[in-house]
Amino acid sequence: MTPGKTSEPLWWGLFSAGGVVAAFLVPIHIVLFGFAVPFGWIADSGALYHHWPVKIYLFVLIALPLYHWAHRFYFTLNDMRLGLPRKPLAILCYGSAIVGTVATAWVLSVL
Amino acid sequence: MSEIRPDKSKLYHPKMTSTWWLKRPNYVLFMLREWSSLFIALFLVVFLIQLHQLTYGPDAYRAFAHRLSSPGWVIFHIVALLFSLYHSVTWFYSSAIVMPLRIGERLVPRQLVVGLNLLVLAVVSIVILALFIKLHG
Repeated sequence: MTPGKTSEPLWWGLFSAGGVVAAFLVPIHIVLFGFAVPFGWIADSGALYHHWPVKIYLFVLIALPLYHWAHRFYFTLNDMRLGLPRKPLAILCYGSAIVGTVATAWVLSVL
Repeated sequence: MSEIRPDKSKLYHPKMTSTWWLKRPNYVLFMLREWSSLFIALFLVVFLIQLHQLTYGPDAYRAFAHRLSSPGWVIFHIVALLFSLYHSVTWFYSSAIVMPLRIGERLVPRQLVVGLNLLVLAVVSIVILALFIKLHG
């Protein structure tokens, strides 16, 4: 599963899709769940997240930007010349995104 | 690495230290753009943990959400929001360069494309906010 010559377009596609999701959807969710809900400006019992259309939306919202992070973080750490080994770094970055995707799917499915 | 290469004399190795990106403001902005993805991902992981609390019932969920009102979390979310907005703006700029918008023969000015994207971001945000308020009771 390490990004080589053949898997590069897949990772780039996920990076790109994640970038779009992050650009359009993430800011308002930070406002909602970082400020509005914690301070009680908007009541949130969590009942909404038991509905499947909402679960699918949340899956897209959470999982795709993780690949965006993985792709950027891998190349950024390489660019920073920190002397980190490339292959383990790639496995760590893209692997974390995959683990995050599985975790998201699992959490949403048991709600 | 370069020392063990047999043909090192034929290769050009620009000297790059781990602090090269501090040398110019544009490089720093580039690094901030790249690191924005980490803060976005961290926010989403925290959000996922919050959703997981629902498996213990609505009270556990509400308690977790309330804990995020502490000063440390407020600072984290302010930083995350700023990074996320910076990602949005830079993403719109990049996509305007990668995919230039044409109407007939004419190229739509890059600033206008970015402006339209920001408008879409505003509309999408308002729609999500309105839906969130409407669906919650």
